[in-house]
Parts: sequence; structure tokens; C-alpha cells
Amino acid sequence: MAEKRKKNSDRRRPGADYVETVDAPDPVGRLSVKKTWKLYIGGAFVRSESGRYLQTADKQDNYARASRKDVRDAVKAAVAAQPGWAGRTAYNRGQILYRLAEVLEGRRDELIASLTLGGASDAAAEVDATIDRAVSYAGWTDKVHALLGTHNPVSGPHFGFSIPEPVGVVACVAPDRPALLGLVGAICPIIATGNTLVVLASELDPRTALVLAESLATSDVPGGVVNILTGSRDELAEHMAKHQGVRALDLWNIDGEAAKQLELLATENVKRVTRRLQPAEAWYDADECTSLTWLSSFLEIKTVWHPMGA
Amino acid sequence: MGTADGPKLAGLNGPEGRGALPPLSASPPVERVAIEERVGALARRSIKTTAKKAGLLLAIRMMDLTTLEGKDSPGKVRALCQKARWPDRTRPEIPSVAAVCVYPNLVPVAKEALEGSGVHIASVATAFPSGLSPLSIKLDDVRRAVEYGADEIDMVIDRGAFLSGEEQKVFDEIAAIKEACGDAHLKVILETGELGSYDNVRRASDVAMYAGADFIKTSTGKIQPAATPAVTLVMLEAIREFYFKTGRYIGMKPAGGIRAAKQALHYLVIVKETLGDAWLTPELFRFGASTLLNDVLMQLVKLETGAYQAAEYFSRD
Repeated sequence: MAEKRKKNSDRRRPGADYVETVDAPDPVGRLSVKKTWKLYIGGAFVRSESGRYLQTADKQDNYARASRKDVRDAVKAAVAAQPGWAGRTAYNRGQILYRLAEVLEGRRDELIASLTLGGASDAAAEVDATIDRAVSYAGWTDKVHALLGTHNPVSGPHFGFSIPEPVGVVACVAPDRPALLGLVGAICPIIATGNTLVVLASELDPRTALVLAESLATSDVPGGVVNILTGSRDELAEHMAKHQGVRALDLWNIDGEAAKQLELLATENVKRVTRRLQPAEAWYDADECTSLTWLSSFLEIKTVWHPMGA
Repeated sequence: MGTADGPKLAGLNGPEGRGALPPLSASPPVERVAIEERVGALARRSIKTTAKKAGLLLAIRMMDLTTLEGKDSPGKVRALCQKARWPDRTRPEIPSVAAVCVYPNLVPVAKEALEGSGVHIASVATAFPSGLSPLSIKLDDVRRAVEYGADEIDMVIDRGAFLSGEEQKVFDEIAAIKEACGDAHLKVILETGELGSYDNVRRASDVAMYAGADFIKTSTGKIQPAATPAVTLVMLEAIREFYFKTGRYIGMKPAGGIRAAKQALHYLVIVKETLGDAWLTPELFRFGASTLLNDVLMQLVKLETGAYQAAEYFSRD
């Protein structure tokens, strides 16, 4: 079997830093079919344009290492998906997020296994909190407008309405820990209101993000609404901040010089930057992590004047 | 193969007598697999940095900026002409496009808007896009477009006639229209998406060239598939053979479906590898496109700034 493995590795693409994975336990004497985890762009699982791969820290899996061109492709998919997603009724987006929770529940064991391998301390609790988080935001979708929108008291024969609208395409650098709850907790408030998103997953446990991608692909979330990249934060965050098609940046646990650089790059097209430092345990505070400000960070208020008539 | 300095459009080809319909043996069958392999291989060329920039600027100079919709209005054509002259007003180093392509009724509008710019005016004619009208009407259509001020006429062939074997009819119509064009250049649209096979594309190319076409063009843009790299290669090979036989330079214009800068560079590679540098000029190669220009502009800005661009920062066509 060792020989056969070697042969396989000879077929790797030139220049790819492909790494052999450790053989899984092999009770029935067959060669297990291992998956190379791919990026999730536009509803499809694609290899990195660069042909590069990395190995997970637990040495069980290989996954694609995204390049700046994958960022470009992901933004393109998010831009294409955005009007359709925003155009759905808020109620329908809520149904779809609830459906995501259902699908996550169905993949509970797989998520727990991946998280545990990836080094999560209490995987079961994290998955439970994640599913509940999706349900919370499913409930939020059709209530945001009532809370953030107003009918303004104006002096004059006009109505003045202020309505929250999605900013468009958001680029998010997810926290490293908790790999799943942090990711879903960051994604949901962004997409709940009609934004679409490119998210760079945890560097410590990228595989779990791709298990989530498989859940997204089999829920009713349209392709392109959530695009998940795995790879190096140092390499990719810059290109997310620079891209002119991205309207807002959501940065988790980035501080110091790196944060300053990203904020500077974001100024070029006046991206909204939301930068938060949050310890892992804080993600379990459901009240705090589903508060209205989490949603309003990625909304613009549009005010419309309308003549009142006689 | 062609000369390095490249021929000029006016007086490019000497006066030639009207030829005759070429025998079938002039149009050998096309090896489908070989053609598709070849364009596939050429698509993998990597064009970066300075070569990419040069290629993109050349693509702009080769562009026939096109609007052929029933809802075209003088206002829309004026806006298009403005863009043809100055594709990006903030970057004066960006050249004008080769031509603007419109319906005959809008030629006078384009002529006025492009006064003194050097941008040519192309007009579709001959009962575009079907070409299914009597010859007298087609000729009238052409004469009127030329009278209005078109420098280039994009005619369509009668595909129905071609496919039912009436090649002589197609040939005679092209020859008659060429005559009606006077000084205007004639581009012959084969509508390859309706021809059904590469063999037919090759044959139609030969018929058009022998009948007096200055350019052969793939498509109207109204039929899918429109231009493809493979069909373009078949036509370029026909042009090459025609050049070897007659010494005449025929231009090529893929049109329809070319939306990305990367595709445009791919076409330029195919031209360079099939016909050489002599054909890498707006006199002998054009892109018929409407949305390509913005993508090329976006790529140029990307090269300059390193940041990927968004469509909303470029003028809407």
C-alpha cells in the first residue's frame, strides 16, 4: 500500500505543495478514499486556481490554499449572487437560514468529528451553539426592517421613510477559534439582511469550514451567497481589502499593524470596516452575539422622500 | 507570411478582377479535433505584465464598439461614440477604438458624433441579421448606409441559400454588394453558429473571400453560439491559404460572446500564431463587442493599481 501511495503522489501538479496524508486506520484492508477539501466558490467546490494545497494540523487531510485570483473569483460570484439574494423576501431568507440549521443538525456528527480532530475543546457544545445561532438569525431576517426603518417626522407635505438596505458584497476574515461557531456567527448576520459574502476560514481548523460549505451546498442557500476560502490570512486579507467590488470588511481578531494596513487599503473605495477582537468563549454569549448591532454593521440606511398629496 | 510593417487599409490589396466561385477543392475539410486541440493549447499561454498591457491596448484599438438593438436611439449612439473616442476620460493614454458599429439609420448620428476622431463608422446592412430579402433591397440598404457616411459595411450572407447548396447565389450577392460598397470596406458575416460544421465555415470563408470580402466575420451576435476561438482559427487558416494563393490580405472579425479581456488576449494569441504580426493591426483584425471594452479597462486599471476593479466604477454602456 505504501508503494501505491507513492505512485499517487507522483501525479501531483508541478509546483503544488501537495503533502501526503497519514493513512487512516484500515480495518477491512482497503485503501480509504480520502477527500482533498476544496474551496467553495459560487456554489461549486473548486481547487485553488494556483494548484496549491496545505495539510491540516492534525495531518488527516489536505485542503486547497487559495490565491488572490481565488479571491477575485469568489468576489465575482458574490457580486453576481447579490441582487438575487437581496431581492428575496426577508421571510424567505429566514426560511433558508432555518433550513441551514436543519442541515447542520443532520451533519452534527460529522461536524463534531471534524472539530474534535481540529482541536476544539468541546465540539458538541460548539455545534449545538452553532445550530442555535443559525436559528436565531433565521428569526432576525424579517424583523430588522421594523427596528431599523422609520417613518420620519418631517416638516413639510412629505413622507420621509428610512429603510435599511444591504451594503452589497462583504469580505470577512473569520476568527480562528471557535472555528465553526465563529464562522457561522460571523456569516449569519451578514447574509441575513441580503448581503453576499466572501469569507476566509479559520487557519487553525479550515476543514470544519469546508464541512460547513457542504452543508451550505445542500441547504437552500443559493450558490455565490456564501463563498468560503481557506488559506493564509497574511496572503489573502490584503486582496480582500483592496478589491473594489467589496463594500465592507468584517475583520475578526486582527490587530496592530496588520489591521492598520487593511483599514488603509479599505479607504480606496470607502469600505465599511468592522473590526472586532473577541475571545473564543465570548461567542457562546448568544444574547450579545445576536444583537441588532451585529446586523446593522452591514446595512445602509436609505431615506426616501415622497409627496403626501392634498 | 505577411510583412512585419503591416499593410495599410487603403490600397492594401491591388485592384483585382472579380474572381470566380472557387472549386470545392479549394476548401479542404477541417480536422475538428486538431482545431480544437490547437485553440485549447493556445488558450494556456500566460500573458502577463508588459505584454498583457500591450495586448489590452491593442485590443482596444481593434474594437468595433457595437450596439445593434431594436431600442437603439440617437442618444444611446452618441453616448457610445463618446466612449469610442475616449474609452476612459481619466486616462488619456488609452486609445480610441477602431470603429463604432450601428444600424444604418443611426449612421448619421454616429458620423456627427465621431467627426475628426479617426474612429470609423461601420454599419450593418443587407437585411441584417437574417439576410433574407431580395438582392435589390440589400443593395439599396448598402448604398444608403454608405451615403449616410459608413466607412465599413457589415453584410450577412444568405445562410439558407448557402446551406441548400446555392453557393453561386451567395457568391454573386457578395460580389454585387462589394460593388455597391464603393470605397467602403466590406465585412462579410458568415453567422457560423448557423452553418453547422467547421467544413461549412471554411467553405463559406472561401466563397466570401473570392467574392471580394475585405474582412470575414463570424457572427451577427444574434445567434448562439457566436464567435468561438475554434471557428476563428478555421477562418484564420482560410485567410492564410487565400493569402498564399492570391497575395491578398483579408481581415478577420470575431464578434459576439467576447466579454472578457482574457478571451481577447486568447484571440490575439491565435492570430499571432496563425497569421503572424502583420495581422496584429486594426486594419486586419477586429473584435465585435459591446461589453468587452469595460472589462479591458478594468484589467488595465488592475495592472496599474494592483487592486481588482468593480463594474460600478466604469461607465455603463
